[in-house]
Amino acid sequence: MTEDIKQYISEIQPNATFEETGEWLNVNIAANEFHPFASMLRNSRFQFDYLFCLTCVDWKTHLTTVYHLSSSQNRGLNIVIKVKLDRNDPEVETVSDIWRTAEFHEREVYEMFGVTFLNHPDLRTLILEDGFQGYPLRKDFEDPINMIKL
Amino acid sequence: MYTETQILKETSTSLLNGEGELVINVGPQHPATHGVLHLVITLNGETIKKIEPHLGYIHRSIEKMCESLTYRQFIYVTSRMDYLSAHINNHACAMAVEKAMQIEVPQRAQYIRVILDELTRIASHELWWGALAMDVGAFTPFFYAFRERETITDIMEETCGARLTMNYMVPGGVMADIHPNFQQRVKDFIKLFKKNVDEYDDLVTGNVIFQNRLKNVGYLSPEDAISYGCSGPVARGSGVKSDIRKIAPYDIYNQVQFDEVLETAGDSFARYLVRVKEMRQSISIIEQLIDNIPEGEFQAKTKAVLKPPKGEFYTRVETARGELGVYIVSEGGTTPYRIKFRSPGFSNLSALDHISRGSKIGDLMATMGTLDLVIPDIDR
Repeated sequence: MTEDIKQYISEIQPNATFEETGEWLNVNIAANEFHPFASMLRNSRFQFDYLFCLTCVDWKTHLTTVYHLSSSQNRGLNIVIKVKLDRNDPEVETVSDIWRTAEFHEREVYEMFGVTFLNHPDLRTLILEDGFQGYPLRKDFEDPINMIKL
Repeated sequence: MYTETQILKETSTSLLNGEGELVINVGPQHPATHGVLHLVITLNGETIKKIEPHLGYIHRSIEKMCESLTYRQFIYVTSRMDYLSAHINNHACAMAVEKAMQIEVPQRAQYIRVILDELTRIASHELWWGALAMDVGAFTPFFYAFRERETITDIMEETCGARLTMNYMVPGGVMADIHPNFQQRVKDFIKLFKKNVDEYDDLVTGNVIFQNRLKNVGYLSPEDAISYGCSGPVARGSGVKSDIRKIAPYDIYNQVQFDEVLETAGDSFARYLVRVKEMRQSISIIEQLIDNIPEGEFQAKTKAVLKPPKGEFYTRVETARGELGVYIVSEGGTTPYRIKFRSPGFSNLSALDHISRGSKIGDLMATMGTLDLVIPDIDR
């Protein structure tokens, strides 16, 4: 099955690269090609219609948004999509029009990492208070009062 | 064919023209939110136009905290996420570390873990059942629910030393062996509970007033449940198969017989029925295991300092509320480089706005009650 998906992805997006570090297939894709690619995956015969985890990792030199997808028809079928972003100006197209749950998850990533999701219907802070300075889950975030360092 | 863009278009055009609309705040301190959840609700008369959840009142930044805790320490913080299924949270984290370190868990520990997980699930559903009945106006069920929940917390206290945040699961197994009374007390509980769960049905499930409050309220279609990433009883109430214990069995879940409870109605009453039936399934799982706990070690031998190799590890378990995912990015050090907890409540809450639009404000409590939101789990 993984081979099928790999073949399909290389057909629709020749620039995508694969890694098999974890248990599931990882696909790296450029930010400007991401949105059409995501919607093609959603409507493909594999039907990746269940976005169960959306997060971001700060690699100090760049940011990576990570999308964990599955198919509701076959929940054993999972795929991980990674989008590398520029750390100083992270921008990626929203997927909240493809998977509705992304709206909330993207708002969380927006406030915690400062990633701007283009065309997001309602990009505001969700968990942090309004006007909070800095991006708490980035590695260089410093809060001398509330942060405990071990 | 169903498309998400369609919903988006529908919802944005019906949005707020500002005439005759009233904005009210429910929470942060409101008895029906069961925690500090703040909902800003736009009403037209009694009809809900829009719900905006404001989170973060109990945000402790657990993900950031975990980045400076070692692989043995961070598990204890996770009991504070979904405090009603502390065992299952610990289980997920312990499994994530075991997967990364390739630790083999002894059979005895696996049996104990699954029994405790199922007891936790019952305790959590008990509390939900009592609280839901109270939300819709019946006070007595709360005492019935707490009577049984108390027995479970007593069993937990005897074996784990704590009643709410157990911290009993550690990488490699469980922290200590079970108490000598454990098996007998669990058996006594099952006997009692089987009788009492029928009483629940007599008291609440068949009650006409209760059914009228829940039936055809808070409808969630299967397509929406998938699109909103719902899991657990919320998704199963809409007929979406989502039980991680069946999809990707962990520990000894592939050796026990149980059914994945599915209801197709998709309304609040369907979600109610799923949870009540799940309690019976949990009892059946415990019954299969309690007499067969194998002898042997309760914890695998592990190194004092855990250093998983470089890589990314994702584990998922089925908590009482749905799918909990633990995503660990390791750089080979003693602390995780990045941890993400995919909490079931967060995704389930994202569907609340969509479920409630167009319904009456009086029905909101029933909808929220059957979503079974635990706020520390959402905020993390």
